[in-house]
Parts: sequence; C-alpha cells; structure tokens
Amino acid sequence: MKKSWLIVDDSRVIRGIARGILRDLGFETDEAEDGKQALEACIKRMPDAVLLDWNMPVMNGIEFLRELRAMPGGTTPKVFFCTTENDMSHITQALETGADEFIMKPFDAEILSSKLALQGLA
Amino acid sequence: MKDDVFTFLAKLLRDQSGLALPRDKEYLLESRLAPVARQHGHQSIDAMCAAIRGGQNRAAERDIVEAMTTNESFFFRDTATFDTFRKSILPTLLTARAGSKSLRIWFAACSSGQEPYSVAMILEEERARFAGWNVEMVATDISNEMIQRSRNGLYTHFEAQRGLPIQLLAKYFDKEEQGWRVKAPMRERIKFRPFNLLESHSSLGVFDIIFCRNVLIYFDLPTKRDVLERMSRQMARDGVLFLGGAETVIGVSDRFAPHPGHAGIFVPAQAVALDRAVGQ
Repeated sequence: MKKSWLIVDDSRVIRGIARGILRDLGFETDEAEDGKQALEACIKRMPDAVLLDWNMPVMNGIEFLRELRAMPGGTTPKVFFCTTENDMSHITQALETGADEFIMKPFDAEILSSKLALQGLA
Repeated sequence: MKDDVFTFLAKLLRDQSGLALPRDKEYLLESRLAPVARQHGHQSIDAMCAAIRGGQNRAAERDIVEAMTTNESFFFRDTATFDTFRKSILPTLLTARAGSKSLRIWFAACSSGQEPYSVAMILEEERARFAGWNVEMVATDISNEMIQRSRNGLYTHFEAQRGLPIQLLAKYFDKEEQGWRVKAPMRERIKFRPFNLLESHSSLGVFDIIFCRNVLIYFDLPTKRDVLERMSRQMARDGVLFLGGAETVIGVSDRFAPHPGHAGIFVPAQAVALDRAVGQ
C-alpha cells in the first residue's frame, strides 16, 4: 500500500510542486491550505507523513504541529517542515515541537528525496 | 571537437591525474572546459589547446585538470556506507586500538569536503567513546580549489540540505549570508591538503581507514591497480578501505579482499600482511 502524505501549504503553486514530486516518488497525497484544515484531515485519516509550511492563515504550521502531536495517533506521522523561515531559531523551535525534518525553501526533488531517505521513507 | 584536440586533452588528463577519458565522454570535455577556455581568454576549447601546445601554460593545464576531476559530492552520500562505518567498522577498530587510542583516517579524494565532514560529525556524535583518543583525519584532493572549498566549509542552501539531517545542520553549522558554514572546531579537526593520487603516498603515513569512493572508476586498469597498491602500503594490516558501492578490487588488485558482508568495503589481503611481516 502506498504511503500517504498530507501537503499543508497556503500556496497552490507549492502544493502543486510538492504533489508532483511526491507522486513521482510513489506516494499518495492529500492537501490542506492551513493548519486547521490539516487537523481536520488528520482526524479523518492520519497520514504517514506531513509536509508543512510555517506561515499560513487561520492556523500556522507550529500551532498545527503542537496540536497534531497531542492528538491520538498524532505522534506517528513524520513531519517535515518546508518553509522560507530558515533561521536557526525556527529550526530549533520546529525540532523542539516535534518536527522530524526541516526543508528550507526553495527546494527541489533531490533535496526532498534525500530527506525522505533520512527518515526511511524513500 | 577535433580528434587531435580530444587526443591532446585525454593525454594531458591521463598524465597529470590518471583520469581515463573514453571518446564517449567528449561531451564532458565540452561542457566543463568551455568556461575554462573563456576564463583564459580563448574563444573555444580548440583555441585554448592550441595555445597550450604552443608553450608552457601550467595555469591553464591545472584548471583543465581541476575542471575535469571535480565531482559532485553530498553529505552522507550512500547512507548505508556511513551506517556500516558507525555500527560495524568503527566499533571493531575502537576495540583493536584500545591500547594505542589512536586512529588515522584518510579521505583520498575529498572533493568539496562533504565526506570528511560527514565522518567528523559521526565521530563527534560518538565522542563519548573517544575520550582521550587521538583521531587524525587527513583529507586530500587533486584540486586546489576543492581543498580551499573544503577548508572554508561553506555550503549553499542546496548543498547543506542534500543528505544532511536537520539535527546535524543545526548542531554543527552556522548560518551565514552566503550559506551554511561548518563550525570552526569541526573544520579544524580535519587536515585538508592538495594531493595527487599518482604521487608517492608514503609521506602521508599509515592509516586505519581510507575512503576512496567513486574515484577509481575514472582511472584505467593499470592506474587503478597502481593506486590500490600504493594505498595498501599506507594501510594498517587490519585497516579498512571504503570504495564506492559499485566498485570492486576483484580483477584489479590482489592487495585487498572484500570485507565479508559489506559491498564496497575492503580489507588488506593476506599477501599484504605477509609482506609486512617479512619487512617488505
């Protein structure tokens, strides 16, 4: 069975790029435009992994991650932040909140697939 | 590219670096040497070669060799190799060297430095096991430019993300305007120096571990054999040689034998141990 990704980003363009790369790598994908939509998606079906933007309307990435990790089954998905917020304080905060990996935008297929390999998902 | 130009460049590269360039790799000459030609004020690669042939031009020759021998590298390239290093090879050598508490590692073609820094990060993560040890890491490359890049330890946004876990980036790198730089204490742990594998290896001393991954594939058979023989003389009798996952010594040299169960990892053959025992 294909592993599932939830792509959480308010940019339709970024979601499209990520969708293309992840599907090419053999994954199933679902999408959300903000943290609140993403939490609703996780309640319906917990994904195997989440690609997560930081700055989004309604609920940002770090708030989503905090709530996800507190949900039943919410510690299971691998969470990859994928953001332009790439200073050390954001990286540290993401890791402390429970992110597994951190991708700095802009990214490409090589970066994403090498990060997946690090988490045993490639 | 004219035949005589290709022949001239192939000979130059073979003589100066051991690089064997088959005709089907002509496109590499075209793509990598066009910028070198421009940099030296020539309209084309043909024109640059004509100028070099007309007289000594060591700077252009050096830049040609550097451009053709520079290869892509990234952190923890082939993760399985580094897992084996950490989980199997390192513990065995730690036990074997418990008396001397000394370990020497050579990165024989370090390119832009990601391989030695990957190993340095592993050693740092395992530092509790190295208390009081003297661990020496020597990283060499034929390219002066690559050695300088390695010493600088500065990687672009893309390089810093390829293969490097974010936890290690956060721990061992500083963010700068141009990219991510390896922290000074880590950079200072590795001795970077230019070195041509075709030269005598004896000045380097004896190593417990040699990394020479994805290098021999660019040499012809006699050069591979020669380099492996030189390396065997610089290796402790229970040392370990890392080649690329698809590289082998079988049919190339009897100085090394495959490490049981690990693709791309080799140990000195019995013949080498016997040579040492009789003082050869």
